[in-house]
Amino acid sequence: MASKKESTFLTMTMTLFIVTVVAAFSLGSIYNLTKDKIKEAKERKVTDAIRKVLPEFDRLEKSTFVEEGELVQSIYKRDPVADTIILYKAFNEEEFIGTAVKSYTNMGYSGKFWIMLGIDATGKIYNTAVVEHFETPGLGDKMDESKSKFPLQFKGKDPRDFIIRVEKDGGDVDAITAATISSRAFCDAVNRAFEALSIEGGKEL
Amino acid sequence: MSIKETLSKGFIKENPVFILLLGLCPTLGVTTSAINGLGMGLATAFVLIMSNLVVSIIKNQIPNKVRIPSFIVIIASFVTIVDLVMNAYVPALHEQLGLFIPLIVVNCVVLGRAEAFASKNTVFNSIIDGLGMGIGFTFALTLLGAVREILGSGAFFGLSVPIYPIDEGGSPVTMLVFVLAPGAFIGLGYLISIMNRISKS
Repeated sequence: MASKKESTFLTMTMTLFIVTVVAAFSLGSIYNLTKDKIKEAKERKVTDAIRKVLPEFDRLEKSTFVEEGELVQSIYKRDPVADTIILYKAFNEEEFIGTAVKSYTNMGYSGKFWIMLGIDATGKIYNTAVVEHFETPGLGDKMDESKSKFPLQFKGKDPRDFIIRVEKDGGDVDAITAATISSRAFCDAVNRAFEALSIEGGKEL
Repeated sequence: MSIKETLSKGFIKENPVFILLLGLCPTLGVTTSAINGLGMGLATAFVLIMSNLVVSIIKNQIPNKVRIPSFIVIIASFVTIVDLVMNAYVPALHEQLGLFIPLIVVNCVVLGRAEAFASKNTVFNSIIDGLGMGIGFTFALTLLGAVREILGSGAFFGLSVPIYPIDEGGSPVTMLVFVLAPGAFIGLGYLISIMNRISKS
């Protein structure tokens, strides 16, 4: 076996330089190759969620943003890490059929998660979907429709006569067994979506 | 050491999880289901094989004093590649494993094999070693994931195992502790003792 290179200042510097340059170059090319795919996958996840939470539509208007900072003072006082809430207005043959709201909460068992809430034209919840979450598999992830009946209870509910809070907190929502924190966070995200919608809706109409 | 020995030692005799007890952070963290364990194991196996390959190729060009930083840069590059590729092609799994993918960089198994094996052995043997260790790691994670999933979620690779009573909400009554962190320790403890028993006999 050939002997190892000696550790002089020059060889050490050169070695590290070459290793990092090669690494940087290969990472750059891989990033370029996967960039579009990653973006596509993220977008598809959002569109899939919108399709799930609203009746059939043919046009989306991603017109309204609730930007970080703008409304922090009024509705996000309770949470220091504000995020953007995105509203998608959906139309079918030019008739307004509802709004999909991508909302979030910071109260999850593992921090932040994002949900999509579909609100029909009369202000009732059409359906809910979890966009991205880090909740405990087997417990908190039951807020997804495929895992339990928890999200079904929101369907067709109007927040004016259905208090979106878990029963423990004096609301009408039946929490997931052994996952009260996730259920509470889910309610928080739903409420936040309604708050954002009422503020933005009021601005436009 | 023959090829067969190099390949098989990672599986039982020097299994990174059950015998060497290396890389326990991802082992305990991601194995909430069998598919998570399998995905994490395969990602780590890929990084192991590739870093072993590259380290054994350039081992004579690297001055001794900067070998660890060089190895870390090589390993980190492969981990980032895995991270990007998984994000692009298997976004669902990537979401589940999330945080633990970047953590492969500091997984003791990977750096350990680069330092202890690949930097002293031939290219071919290093690939075989990486393959063996990778398979052993994947096997251990999948096994632990399967045990925790069956006991904690009443499912195996996402398919429900109807051995539990059903509550009024329609979901099976399982041993929830196995999905949570303590269940990982309990499950791993039993698996280690079983593996020790097997390797002794």
